Amino acid sequence: MAAYILRRLWQMVPTILGVLLLVFFLFKYFGGDAAEILGGLNATPEQIAAIRQQLGLDQPVWVQLAIYLKGVVTFDWGRSWATNEAVSNLFASRLPATLTVMLPILILDLLLALPIAMWVASRRGSLADRAIMVVTTVALSISFLVYVIVGQYLFGFQLGWFPVQGWSDSVWTNLAIYAPLPVLLAVMVGVAPQTRLYRSFFLDELGHDYVRTARAKGLTENTVLFKHVLRNAMIPILTNIGLSLPGVFVGSFLIEVFFSIPGLGREILLAVNRSDYPVIQAIAVYLAVLTMVINLVVDLLFKLVDPRVVLK
Amino acid sequence: MTQAHSRGATPQLFERSEGVWHAAWRRFKADRVGLSSAIVVLAFLLLVLLASLGVVAKGWQAEVGVANAPPTLMGPRPPEAMGALEVPKGPNVDLSAVDPLAPRYAEIEAAAKKYQSSDSIKAKTLALGADRMGRDVLSKAVKGTQISVFVGLLAALLATLIGTVLGALGGFFGGKVGDFLEWLYNVFEAIPSILLIFAFAAVFGRGISTVVLILGLAGWTGLYRQVRAEFMKHGGREYVRAAEAIGASAYSRMFRHILPNVSHVILVRMSLLVVAFIKSEVILSYLGLGVGVEDVSWGTMLAEAQSELILGHWWQLVTATALMALFVTAFSLMADAWRDALDPKLRGAES
Repeated sequence: MAAYILRRLWQMVPTILGVLLLVFFLFKYFGGDAAEILGGLNATPEQIAAIRQQLGLDQPVWVQLAIYLKGVVTFDWGRSWATNEAVSNLFASRLPATLTVMLPILILDLLLALPIAMWVASRRGSLADRAIMVVTTVALSISFLVYVIVGQYLFGFQLGWFPVQGWSDSVWTNLAIYAPLPVLLAVMVGVAPQTRLYRSFFLDELGHDYVRTARAKGLTENTVLFKHVLRNAMIPILTNIGLSLPGVFVGSFLIEVFFSIPGLGREILLAVNRSDYPVIQAIAVYLAVLTMVINLVVDLLFKLVDPRVVLK
Repeated sequence: MTQAHSRGATPQLFERSEGVWHAAWRRFKADRVGLSSAIVVLAFLLLVLLASLGVVAKGWQAEVGVANAPPTLMGPRPPEAMGALEVPKGPNVDLSAVDPLAPRYAEIEAAAKKYQSSDSIKAKTLALGADRMGRDVLSKAVKGTQISVFVGLLAALLATLIGTVLGALGGFFGGKVGDFLEWLYNVFEAIPSILLIFAFAAVFGRGISTVVLILGLAGWTGLYRQVRAEFMKHGGREYVRAAEAIGASAYSRMFRHILPNVSHVILVRMSLLVVAFIKSEVILSYLGLGVGVEDVSWGTMLAEAQSELILGHWWQLVTATALMALFVTAFSLMADAWRDALDPKLRGAES
């Protein structure tokens, strides 16, 4: 086990290095001159030269790369060009808002999609199954943007059930007052594709021989579904959740922008619009590392869930 | 491959077995849902073609109606009551003693006569209403359809091209090349795709071709994986080794022998990418990272619709949503039908 974890961690090194190189060269060669962005529109050539010297931009590329890598290794991400806020501070202050919205979405999506998917899969081809498939197809074809626009107008503006937007400092106020509308809308969007996906997982499992055996020995349909099929179908479902976890940490850009939630996603968009490279670079690298760690943890969890899995 | 063997009890030597595409077409024709959605998609493509040739929706920027003119079915908006301000009845106060421009009014009026201006008559209602600048929503929607579908198709083409070439190289050669490409794939997979799109958007700027580039560069990984697996599978098959034996070059084996045999997989994947990219373009345009302000797409229409909706002007939102939903539904159903027809083994699988 320990050897496996060590080997996996070792395998991450080239990938992380690749992410760092990609991010570095992307912004270095395609991103415009950092000193001119930083200097602003009214900067004199002397000022730009001074900034260039200060950032080490007049050094050879490999020196710049070394400076960048040194910053990454020592967790010194530098400061935002636009606000001069330390990037590490940015994570700490923006992540809670993102998680306050994204975790309920993740949990509710699962809690809704799983029973629906199981129910329609066990009645494959029935009217309910076909109706749900048609509804999900139509639901999927409408842009997320439309849900958010119409949802905010209808529930926030016309009916007045929720505040149109807003955010507070207290987690409980946020969860009780400001988060419900964004969460509701995101769940409305997320349930359709997840139901379809989980349905296909259940159908896959229902076609296996062990299901026939279980039925043949006289188990009730419910026992077959809940004791046999559900537990086996949990493996692809867990994989899928594991894959979607890194996305939770970015947050839904659209939701955060639309509802003015001060989360990480909105911060990234602001950074993109301001050409605030240190912030984008740091978030990209941080999320890449997080993705890899989550993948490792998911693989380890499989070992716990399913004893047949051999880690190699 | 799904080459149907001869059905007779005594197979004739020279009977040609049914080709993949022929068999697929036969299966596709039997699928009524797939066929009718293909017709809808074709209609959209025709519209896109006509719009890009300038036959329809050429003057989408013209302000042909009054601002926010409602759709014809609803009738013109009742004139707003102007109760608050009364028109003054008495003569204006004579300011000519202190007005510095007073001696030059005659001169100004003479100069103004040289220019002719005519007030165009603005329509009170339009077929599908007008936006806040009085532009016809119908022409706008047609033009927006052109751009959105264009972006989706081109970006999918780019992603397919990158994914296919890299997948073919990685799967066929393996070894050092394969390892390098796997590393590249891992790097791209490690960054969440939306963040990758944003990072590219940050450096490449805005515009239609940029959106195509960004979506293509960020979206090739899934296709690469599948093409690579297919090429690994096919690389060792007899027909490829036979081609090698008669002296076919690596390039020829990859793209003239294997590629046609895996092209159905690529086609299905690509059609799924089109839908995904159209949806991404809408979000990107809303966030201000998509097409520029001088263009219109479904995304920019929806972005405008947000502020219009609060004033009760729902027509632009409904038009853009309906067109997009129709196209995306038809395209997904067609892609499903293609998948079922081309690769029956995949039936029921979600991408």
